[in-house]
Amino acid sequence: MVGILQDKDRIFTNLYGLHDWGLDGAKKRGAWNGTADILAQTPEWICDQIKASGLRGRGGAGFPTGLKWTFMPKQESERPHYLVVNADESEPGACKDREILRNDPHLLIEGCLIACRAIRAHTAYIYVRGEYVFERERLQAAIKQAYDAKLIGPGNIHGWDCDIRVHHGGGAYICGDETALMESLEGKKGQPRLKPPFPAGAGIYGCPTTINNVESISVVGTILRRGAAWFAGFGTEKSTGTKLFAASGHINKPAVVEEAVGISVKQLIEDHFGGVRGGWGNLKAVIPGGISVRMIPADQCEEAVMTYEDLQARGSGLGTGTMIVMDKDADLVKAIARAAYFYKHESCGQCTPCREGTGWMWRVMERMVTGEAEMSEIDLLLDVASQVEGHTICGLGDAAAWPIQGLFRHFRHEVEERINNYRARKGSYAGASIAAE
Amino acid sequence: MSIRRLAANQPESFAFRPEFEAQVKTWIANYPPGKQQSAVIPLLWLVQKQEGWVSEPAIRVVAERLGMAQIRVLEVATFYTMFMLEPVGTHALVQVCGTTPCQLRGSEKLIEVCKRRIGPHDHRSADGKFYWQEVECMGACANAPMAAINDYYYEDLTAESFEKLLDQFEAGEKPAPGSAIGRQGAAPEGGPIALTDPSLYDGSAAKPITIPNLPAKEPA
Amino acid sequence: MPKAKVDGIEVEFEPGMSVLQVAELAGKEIPRFCYHERLSIAGNCRMCLVEVKPGPPKPQASCALPAAEGQEIFTDTPMVKKARHGVMEFLLINHPLDCPICDQGGECDLQDQAMAYGRDDSRYAENKRAVEEKYMGPLIKTVMTRCIQCTRCVRFITEVAGVPEIGMISRGEDAEITTYLDKAVGSELSANVIDLCPVGALTHKPWAFNYRPWELKKTESIDVHDALGAAIRVDSRGPAVLRVLPRVNEDINEEWISDKTRYAVDGLSRQRLDRPYIREGGKLRVATWPEVLDVVAGKLRAVSADRVGVIAGDLQDAESMKAGLDLFRSLGVQSTDCRQDGMSLGGGPRESWLFNSTIAGLEDADVVLVVGANLRLEAPLLNARLRKRWLQGALRVGVIGEQNDLTYAYDYLGAGPQTLSGLSRQRNDFVKALKEAKAPAIIVGAGALSRTDGSAVLKAAAGVAKSFGMTWNVLHTAASRVGGLDLGFVPGAGGKTAGELVQKGGADVLFLMGADEMDLSATDAFVVYMGTHGDAGAHRADVILPSAAYTEKNGIYVNTEGRVQLGARAVFPKGEAKEDWAILRALSERVGKKLPYDSLDQLRAKLFAEHPTFGRIDYVAGPEAAAGLSLASLGGEGELSDAPFASPVKSFYLTNPIARASVTMAECAALASGATKMAAE
Repeated sequence: MVGILQDKDRIFTNLYGLHDWGLDGAKKRGAWNGTADILAQTPEWICDQIKASGLRGRGGAGFPTGLKWTFMPKQESERPHYLVVNADESEPGACKDREILRNDPHLLIEGCLIACRAIRAHTAYIYVRGEYVFERERLQAAIKQAYDAKLIGPGNIHGWDCDIRVHHGGGAYICGDETALMESLEGKKGQPRLKPPFPAGAGIYGCPTTINNVESISVVGTILRRGAAWFAGFGTEKSTGTKLFAASGHINKPAVVEEAVGISVKQLIEDHFGGVRGGWGNLKAVIPGGISVRMIPADQCEEAVMTYEDLQARGSGLGTGTMIVMDKDADLVKAIARAAYFYKHESCGQCTPCREGTGWMWRVMERMVTGEAEMSEIDLLLDVASQVEGHTICGLGDAAAWPIQGLFRHFRHEVEERINNYRARKGSYAGASIAAE
Repeated sequence: MSIRRLAANQPESFAFRPEFEAQVKTWIANYPPGKQQSAVIPLLWLVQKQEGWVSEPAIRVVAERLGMAQIRVLEVATFYTMFMLEPVGTHALVQVCGTTPCQLRGSEKLIEVCKRRIGPHDHRSADGKFYWQEVECMGACANAPMAAINDYYYEDLTAESFEKLLDQFEAGEKPAPGSAIGRQGAAPEGGPIALTDPSLYDGSAAKPITIPNLPAKEPA
Repeated sequence: MPKAKVDGIEVEFEPGMSVLQVAELAGKEIPRFCYHERLSIAGNCRMCLVEVKPGPPKPQASCALPAAEGQEIFTDTPMVKKARHGVMEFLLINHPLDCPICDQGGECDLQDQAMAYGRDDSRYAENKRAVEEKYMGPLIKTVMTRCIQCTRCVRFITEVAGVPEIGMISRGEDAEITTYLDKAVGSELSANVIDLCPVGALTHKPWAFNYRPWELKKTESIDVHDALGAAIRVDSRGPAVLRVLPRVNEDINEEWISDKTRYAVDGLSRQRLDRPYIREGGKLRVATWPEVLDVVAGKLRAVSADRVGVIAGDLQDAESMKAGLDLFRSLGVQSTDCRQDGMSLGGGPRESWLFNSTIAGLEDADVVLVVGANLRLEAPLLNARLRKRWLQGALRVGVIGEQNDLTYAYDYLGAGPQTLSGLSRQRNDFVKALKEAKAPAIIVGAGALSRTDGSAVLKAAAGVAKSFGMTWNVLHTAASRVGGLDLGFVPGAGGKTAGELVQKGGADVLFLMGADEMDLSATDAFVVYMGTHGDAGAHRADVILPSAAYTEKNGIYVNTEGRVQLGARAVFPKGEAKEDWAILRALSERVGKKLPYDSLDQLRAKLFAEHPTFGRIDYVAGPEAAAGLSLASLGGEGELSDAPFASPVKSFYLTNPIARASVTMAECAALASGATKMAAE
């Protein structure tokens, strides 16, 4: 067996699209099995089961899913409830929800129906990022199958009227923020809203709304079919279950795979991703959860395990569980400079620290790539990062600061070296050489 | 991101063609009554599908269609970088992902190809066939480096395979999207090493089951 | 009431207040750029960050955070200071260092707050951002490189003005404030965005590079460009009025003013009558005061009193109308009228010509019927108030008259008197709402009452108001009108109306007190024009008595609500011009009927004694006083015509002699009429 999870415990059995993505194939693999019995239960039961499973949001923040559902009003009012599924997967490194959308869409659809019951909603919108054209078309086809089979929609066989609709996104990382996503869904620029009010009180169209990641919703059916204890049996007390992991960067075989939470970084890379390019000893650093988390250096990768708590203790995070691996040939500074450009590009421009800070950080980072910087600018950069972090409306400011902080926490000496080399090459630092010309 | 402006040369007018008109109605009906503004991104997308880009008259048409102020539609069209605000290549709109995961696996080589074959970024090629830009993460990192060409993803590219693709587009062909090295989706190169248990696919999972942990039925 | 602690000071607060407001209750000033109490909360500048316990271990935007019982708010901790310094640094890195040539200098929030939170050096070694200029029309000058993206202008124009034409396009550091394709902003309230702009990105185009704010003398006064009497501040330097800005008056204008109120002031220094004139051989020649007063006195003595007519204009202060009435009545003149438009009101109970709901009280109405008024052009601030009420929900507005974009949804009921008189019999949703309304109000405009069938329309409108229990409101368009009606500046026994006086043979001597809105082409009278501008009246005049504009005299104006307000002198009258009452006082001596007051104070004392309503400054009786109004007694029998109601305001920017003399207003008017033409094409 590779990894620590057996095939029989994998939820996404068509992850690679080798089998029929359609309704028949999905049913054959266990989707839509026992759904009616689940739907017959109370919302409280569903929420309790999901809470007991320990499922945490798979979109990066890791908020307990069952608990989130309980924030919704217990009574339906004249304001309808909404479920919104966040399929705006845009974080560099993250590429897992795409596989669900195109290969196991029925798990998502079934999960939507169950989640709608849990939060007393009759409408779900799945916000698919605009660039996922193929994935959206596939999902729309799967939804049509489910409607045709009366699995969803008004008067369906499950007894809980539920419309599942696809929304077409516009290609903006910021719409991965739940409040920006709501703005975008309402036909506006994707600029995050202030909280409060929280979505469960006033979300889309001012109505109570729950927003979940694709993967979080897609695992719900299987969790309830196999029992909360089964799911909670994987991983640790705080980080349970199975999860999609992915790797990109300097590994031999990039891929997406479902594994048990709690698998070590090393085993994940070696078992599933063909090992680090040039061997484990050639590893330099790993960004374990999508580019927004801080990197961890090779020596820590020996013991690091893919759980929320372990990676947090290392100053990083599990995020979306999609890692970026960098070997000793990698130009870390350039990699992070590119990440800084990404955040500058994706800043919505609404609030000051992010709008102004991301551009500043990127420009300084670009000079650090060549070494054309003052030594003092390292501390300046970190200070600027700290002025962005924690001062913005949404998490993008934090996400922009963390990769840079991660770089300097572990590899400051490399940047210093680069600055020194640049000066040595130039005879002096930039300012002086210009003056001498 | 450079500042996004509407193209200097604009057509006189815009109207949805009948086949798009049907989709316009479907999208508007996708949202609750009175919330038709939600359809602004899908409608702008349809404009782009029809014309290749989003023109100023189209922005006005969408605004009128959805009962929105023109400036609100302009905000949306300029905020979302997916919308092309000037005419793109007749044969291919090439969007190379340049973000870190792709960069680590060689997207810069793809960008060099683009510069050499097509010209400066965010411009049409001299023959008008191509238009290329560097875009941010497209969400296909496990198949890096990649480029989206006319909506679909071409993955696991090298400079060579990318050039070959461009040749095909130039010849007016529509090469099949997906991995250039024959990977199955996001499975590792050489084939999946997980999900190999045949019992997952023999239909046994579809047999009737009892949902665990159900509450004890109250005596009637 | 819940309590919170701000830097250790315990304060009680109203539930629903934000942390920022609570901190202010405790006397702590919270810096802000995007927050404005009359706009929606954006929370984007991040300047108002404070530390709050209990709460996350990071600073919170106090403008957007609801205060809670037992909360501890810290406005002065190291965390807060670092946060604010950080935000200030970010705001400044791309802000140009062009304060010396920036018109906002001296009243710039960024400049002020940089004093408190800025660094004394710059750590930003990159190039500063430059933003392309934008065009927003003849009033708003843009220097968008200075913009800090607070979006106050976007929110004002969308929320308050209801003309969603400004937006922020693109995103991130490239985000730009603009109108759609550089169109001029099409709102009568557009320039308020300049007041709201915390930096020099939006400044006053007509006043560009004209002054530094600290050079100006500030005089608090009252606007006369419509009948609302918005609170203004007149800023002057030497003899010149350089600008007019709004003051806060919650009861009338909150803190907005119309573009006309603001920018018509350049008309105060153009086309001015600064010396007396006499017409000789068909041409006007400069004269002296004794000369012109003797001529006028001679004319008045030569004709019989019933051949003399006096018409008061729309911008006249109450004191001069009082003096005019005293003088001409003493001569036996009965043909006095303050209604150039021929409005069918006056002489009855005062409440019959007032806006009894009051402007602020309109926010309590649930159904409003507008008859013969284009609120947006006749009283933009009243319209904004109604929009504000509409945004709160559960308001239904019905309109009889012109169909225009009022910035809120309304039921269009019909165009003319027939719709009005038949309203009770109609079975539509609006009438249904009217029947069920708890606080319905009717607004009757001059366009309904200033017609040949005005009296019958008045009766019909009053009938509708009575049958639905609506509060009675008349919307005037002239600043002087209510004051004139309160004084009884209407024809006395046997006197002629303004309309009759200007007919051929209507009078032998016509004394115009700033009356410029009448067609004088038919009159064959000897015309004496006392006024400020070379406009319609002066054009026809045989003698010109130059008087003082509203910024050049202390004067009382009664607004459409019946609120008595004091205008103040900011500068002295132009050249040899004199205050209106003083001219009349001088004339009275020459006709042998010396007015019994030697000063404005004495005149006011007499005014207050004879008309006690004038003595209650800033007081408004409100809807309760109107409860006793006998609506059945209003108006008269007569045939209702089929002609649709038409607003008296055809071009918003050109409604009075000051505005018509203004270059800025002319530019706005040309643009507005061009825009209409384009829309019509």
